[in-house]
Amino acid sequence: MSEHQLDARRLLCPMPVIRVQEAIEKLDAGDILQVSCTDPGALQDVPAWCRVHGHRILSAAQTGDEVHIRIEVIKQDTPA
Amino acid sequence: MGEKSALICYAARLFSHSLFDIFMSTQRKAISLISGGLDSMLSTRVIMDQGVHVEGINFFTGFCVEGHTHAIRKKDKQKPKRNNALWVAEQLGIKLHIVDVIEEYKEVLLNPAHGYGQNMNPCLDCKGFMVRKALEWIQQHDYDFIITGEVVGQRPMSQRRDTMPVIQRESGAGDLLLRPLSALNLPPTKPEREGWVRREELYDFSGRSRKPQMALAAQFGFEDYSQPAGGCCFLTDKAYSDKLVDMWAHRSSRDYELDDIMMLKVGRHLRPRPHFKLIVAREEGESRFLEGYRKQFTHLFSSSHSGPLVLIDGEVGEDDRLLAARIAARFGQGRDADEVDMEITDPDGQSETLKVQPMPASEIPQDWYV
Repeated sequence: MSEHQLDARRLLCPMPVIRVQEAIEKLDAGDILQVSCTDPGALQDVPAWCRVHGHRILSAAQTGDEVHIRIEVIKQDTPA
Repeated sequence: MGEKSALICYAARLFSHSLFDIFMSTQRKAISLISGGLDSMLSTRVIMDQGVHVEGINFFTGFCVEGHTHAIRKKDKQKPKRNNALWVAEQLGIKLHIVDVIEEYKEVLLNPAHGYGQNMNPCLDCKGFMVRKALEWIQQHDYDFIITGEVVGQRPMSQRRDTMPVIQRESGAGDLLLRPLSALNLPPTKPEREGWVRREELYDFSGRSRKPQMALAAQFGFEDYSQPAGGCCFLTDKAYSDKLVDMWAHRSSRDYELDDIMMLKVGRHLRPRPHFKLIVAREEGESRFLEGYRKQFTHLFSSSHSGPLVLIDGEVGEDDRLLAARIAARFGQGRDADEVDMEITDPDGQSETLKVQPMPASEIPQDWYV
């Protein structure tokens, strides 16, 4: 398990979601991704994307103009 | 129909129709183009109900209409900030892959083989491009076919009886492209011929009426869904298209970067001279967004009165700077003052204060507004 940072500040949705998706593709199950965003919409969209892909949101909060989301990577199988 | 009864119906259909498929044969896999609207939501659900494993795909061109872009504006902050494609995926319980196609999409927009629609919308080339990208995706991920929510006769350019085969042909998807809502109006596709899906359970929707879709939505228990009046693309919007054409007309090439096309969504755009235009924030949210571009553009704000941040796009001389300052002052609280202090700062951080008389609204020609 390792910790990773993703700076998605100044990106407008859906770019933060796309960056999260690209980052998670390269991570292993159990890894933690910490994302920073400035688009307040990321507070809804990044967790929504994580829910549909089965990743676990450990925390999601807005502090001032920034949104910080902490994700645990869960890998799921697709039918063969 | 409530959520519970819809769920019971769904389970019953799965049980009665797909038990054999699920346990006795390989489960087929499809990717569905999810726009966030009702039609792609319905077509996905129709195929899921036949026991097919479906995942969604959504392509981000840079021109997609997203609640969040509007949310730059403060007045819209109370509106829900959801991404409709993600919301649809969550309602359906499927994965959604959002793919950045900004760079590749430039060729579609700049050189559409089939031309533009009413505005700068290259709808037919765009749909062909997206289906081609979906085809690449299914080839890379070993999926079987592609689903779209297209309906014959629904859109004037890309969803006509004569243009729907063009999308199949030019995308390369051929008969791997299934349109479940209109399938009975079209020749059987491979998923139907091979028995991966049951053609008799697909639909024959056609034309611009939304009633069949709304009835099917009710049958599925979908009570909340997005129905964007102008589609999901800024390029169908006249005001946006006018700004895009103006940008190209005053540049040496018809190229663009993501920042260019995002800024066309923000602020008032005024072009007082051919070699520069002003982007005037309409409110606090837009000012904050434009602040992110202060290191790329000469910009102005009033230091004596409250007012918007204004960016200057283009090269400006001394006279231009004074003109820009007078126009910018007109949009601040000092608009009726005899004199306003305007701070003008270049991208390198050099700034000066210009004392100007705000330009009266009556002196700003209407054709300066892009």
